[in-house]
Amino acid sequence: MPIDIDIAHVARLARLRLSEEDLEAYGRQCRDLLEHVARIQALDTEGVAPTSHPFPMTNRFREDLVTPDSVLDRGEVLAQAPSTEREFFRVPPALEDD
Amino acid sequence: MSWEAVIGLETHVELSTRSKMFCGCPARFDAPPNTNVCPVCLGLPGALPVPNREAINRIIRIGLALNCSVTGRSVFHRKNYFYADLPKNYQISQFDLPVCVDGYLDVGGDHPGRVGIERVHQEEDTGKSTHMGGDGRISAAEYSLLDFNRSGVPLVEIVTRPDIRSAAQARAYAQELRLLVEALGVSDARLEEGSIRFDANVSVRPGPEAPLGTKVEIKNMNSFRSLERAVAFEIGRQTACLDGGERIVMETRHWDEEAGVTRGGRTKEGSSDYRYFPDPDLVPLELDQDWKDEMAALLPELPARRRSRYEGMGIDPAQAATLAGADVHLRGLFEGAVEAGARPQQAGNWVSGEVVAALRSSGRESLADSPLSGPNLARLLAMVEDSTLSGLAAREVLAGVLAGEGTPEEVASARDLLQISDAGVLEAAVEEVTADHTEEFARLCSGEQKLIGFFVGQVMRRTRGKADPKLAGRLIRERAGL
Amino acid sequence: MAPFTVMGAARALRGGAVTSVQLAEQVLKRASMVEAQVHAYLTLDSDGLLQAAAEADEALASGGGRGPLHGIPIALKDNMATRGMETTAGSKILAGYHPPYDATAVVRLRRAGALVTGKTNLDEFAMGSSTENSAFGPTRNPWNTDRVPGGSSGGSAAAVAAGTAFGALGSDTGGSIRQPASLCGLVGAKPTYGAVSRYGLIAFASSLDQIGPLTHTVEDAAVLLDAVNGPDPLDATSYPGDLPRSDGRLGRGLEGMRVGVVSDLGGLEAVEPDVDASFRKMVAAMEREGARIVDASLPAAPHALSAYYLIAPAECSANLARFDGVRYGLRVDGATTEEMMSRSRAEGFGPEVVRRVLMGTFALSAGYHEAFYGQAQKVRTLIRRDFARAYEGCDVLVSPTSPTTAFPLGDRTEDPMSMYVSDVFTIPSNLAGHPAVSVPIGLDRRELPIGFQVMAPALGEPVMFQAAEAVEALAGFDTRAPYDPGFGLRGGVR
Ligand SMILES: [Mg+2]
Ligand SMILES: [Zn+2]
Repeated sequence: MPIDIDIAHVARLARLRLSEEDLEAYGRQCRDLLEHVARIQALDTEGVAPTSHPFPMTNRFREDLVTPDSVLDRGEVLAQAPSTEREFFRVPPALEDD
Repeated sequence: MSWEAVIGLETHVELSTRSKMFCGCPARFDAPPNTNVCPVCLGLPGALPVPNREAINRIIRIGLALNCSVTGRSVFHRKNYFYADLPKNYQISQFDLPVCVDGYLDVGGDHPGRVGIERVHQEEDTGKSTHMGGDGRISAAEYSLLDFNRSGVPLVEIVTRPDIRSAAQARAYAQELRLLVEALGVSDARLEEGSIRFDANVSVRPGPEAPLGTKVEIKNMNSFRSLERAVAFEIGRQTACLDGGERIVMETRHWDEEAGVTRGGRTKEGSSDYRYFPDPDLVPLELDQDWKDEMAALLPELPARRRSRYEGMGIDPAQAATLAGADVHLRGLFEGAVEAGARPQQAGNWVSGEVVAALRSSGRESLADSPLSGPNLARLLAMVEDSTLSGLAAREVLAGVLAGEGTPEEVASARDLLQISDAGVLEAAVEEVTADHTEEFARLCSGEQKLIGFFVGQVMRRTRGKADPKLAGRLIRERAGL
Repeated sequence: MAPFTVMGAARALRGGAVTSVQLAEQVLKRASMVEAQVHAYLTLDSDGLLQAAAEADEALASGGGRGPLHGIPIALKDNMATRGMETTAGSKILAGYHPPYDATAVVRLRRAGALVTGKTNLDEFAMGSSTENSAFGPTRNPWNTDRVPGGSSGGSAAAVAAGTAFGALGSDTGGSIRQPASLCGLVGAKPTYGAVSRYGLIAFASSLDQIGPLTHTVEDAAVLLDAVNGPDPLDATSYPGDLPRSDGRLGRGLEGMRVGVVSDLGGLEAVEPDVDASFRKMVAAMEREGARIVDASLPAAPHALSAYYLIAPAECSANLARFDGVRYGLRVDGATTEEMMSRSRAEGFGPEVVRRVLMGTFALSAGYHEAFYGQAQKVRTLIRRDFARAYEGCDVLVSPTSPTTAFPLGDRTEDPMSMYVSDVFTIPSNLAGHPAVSVPIGLDRRELPIGFQVMAPALGEPVMFQAAEAVEALAGFDTRAPYDPGFGLRGGVR
């Protein structure tokens, strides 16, 4: 299949602000790699179920219990943040449709 | 041209589990900011989700109550989008294999109909953004503050088919769904606190046979009223657009409660490519028959059934709907009173009328732990029936019982409210009032019947409300020779 | 002579021949000699190590704390969360990040008595095969410091090879433990998927990542693995049942073992002649020791690399979305949240990470999802079937670990594909979720170590280590070479 990457769109989806030059270079590299890996499309996988997990396990749960020991100290958490205000994390304004 | 509205609703219900969906933090977000957080719900590097079994149980019960089939195999997907209050920048949700599919909810009232349920699936909530500056409007904010207490609280999303045809019906569906969720006891089900949130997809088309029009998603409605108003506004906006020869743009619009309009946002290209894929941190759910049976056995009586049961007792439909929608304590009181022999219609009227009023004036939140029991209410109503208490006195007795002063009999005698049904005692009272109002009495004797009410009132006053009004009336009539 | 293996140190410690403080001092002395050249560590916690060693000695003296790793200095790859100790995943975006919690593997390692030396270098977010993709500079191979140690667990491999830790934990997504073990002359094992909890391991590709040991000996690897493996309620993908003891079949030799030689594993790049010759020589030696050598075939394996380079980037594109400048790590300001995030990520991620995030985002995006990600997941099923069929006829499968020995720094950084083929032999086990171990079997003509890979079916660690130990004995390879002053290697660390 022809691979048509709108690399600027992909970079926007991935929240990566790249220069025009970088976009161009990454676009080329991604295309090359994808053309290589696209060979798997030649394999006949008719009727083959996908494996999303190496062990066929189901139903792993926790019970509905509060585990106070795992709750973090706010001071320790906020100390890692680039910007805070009072007891909150602080970020620049969002666009409405962000 | 006349247009037909086509509406589908997506409802997010926050589950009232003890802990969050994927971690052991308390699922309470009224705590001080950023205190109910852990590596998992903060999306710290290396943290992993482990699903809460009880949340899945509740999703199954919601699905069963909505007449859905529970799928045998269900998968958690990652829904990828960036937002500051979404810590992992993907939400664990479900895609092609939700927990429940293909159900319906019957909506009664003035807009009856069957609303198809497409799916019921698991989700997790985001943190909370507070937009600062620019009078709090997101579009003008200078910056935002983030609290992650709500991050990871379990959500269930209920998606209807586009079966709703009017704003009023959308509201009726939403109200019925809230009743159902409340009856199931799976959520606090409070709109004002955001534990139930509705999004509406609205489109219009020239007629029932026409293909579906371009749909617009409306968000930010936080009451049934605003849901109805927003949908009605949007239908009007779209038909006006089309009548004016314009085209509808596929977009998300926000309801502005104060202005009473929906507003479009800045629509960003490609923002809806969520790149769903199965979450490799989680394994599939296998929902076998035993599990489904176990959940089905836990289903309580649902609002629609309860309504028809109440109607079957001989209660009128409006009263039955009110009672069926009342809280569990009021319903318990009603059912207890009927069980103890009260007439259903009378017990119903009292519970949804006098009892609610008395509660309100007593300052109590609900009947929980109150001394007013079903048998107590039944006895009170029996005393009204056999004229031991007047209606007025009965309300006072009710207040006394609620205040913990004892049984209805004890309160009535302690407050000296028992009705005077002794003809001898009342005879004396009648004699006195007719003597005090000779002129009126003469007019009564000459046939002015409406003055009976006046004299009964006088007797009631003289006996401080304790006279049996029927007996008093009879005695007055006899004395006047009527 | 000073002990240099985990078990050697443990025996010496229990026998009273050394103290834990002496082991710690030995490690720190080596580090002061070689770290400037090797750069295995991003954080070397000298004070913490010495203090913990003193406590370990006290505990031992008062009869307490005799876990299997009691008092032994072990290094951690810097993609495992360590409470209060900087954890960067080799990325600028996490520089200065101090996690408020410990990874489960770290908790268990400490519970077994081990002392943490510090955090070792890696390719950024474990993406790479040479440790040149670290934001904090490359690690060099102690056998020849002009060459790479392999990757992405190159720092862990170099630390053990250079004698600055007795053993180390690494993580393996497509070969990131086995390939550096091979290039640094060590034993490196990737366990069965789910054997070791991933809680606290900074995710690269969640369905492939596994933590495992890098050590001098097969016995050490088995002991280190058993100290950290087992079910974890915090990891829903951890194997819930009892695991067999990894050292359960050690010492049983090769008599009667059916060993499958895979003819068509990878097949993308020519195996270096010295690697090929050593491998064949070892297979012949195994046969002489009583193993039955059989031909095995994994027909879908040549597609493993392609499937891997779709699945791993797809998963990483979501796993790395959380690095957004909001709650921790690097922030570059912007007028809006979107701009801040986009700048922080572009500035914080190195080129290999950006490349894979873009690849994965594209592979998952509308219109390509089925053709790429969907098809890759089906290929994974084919590979699992191939393995299942192969294991009907044999107990273990063997191959070279890497097509080549250690390559010069800078040799493959310009061409991503040339780097990616380093992992052709290791990737199939990750896709299948099976265990595999690399054992050093000799040196090539440039005196660089050659690795031999033993693969086993899921939960087959006991038979895998049994075979690996026999290979180790047959090879008689001295893994101490790069830091034994008497060994006299050219170019090695002295
Ligand atoms: Mg949703
Ligand atoms: Zn949490």
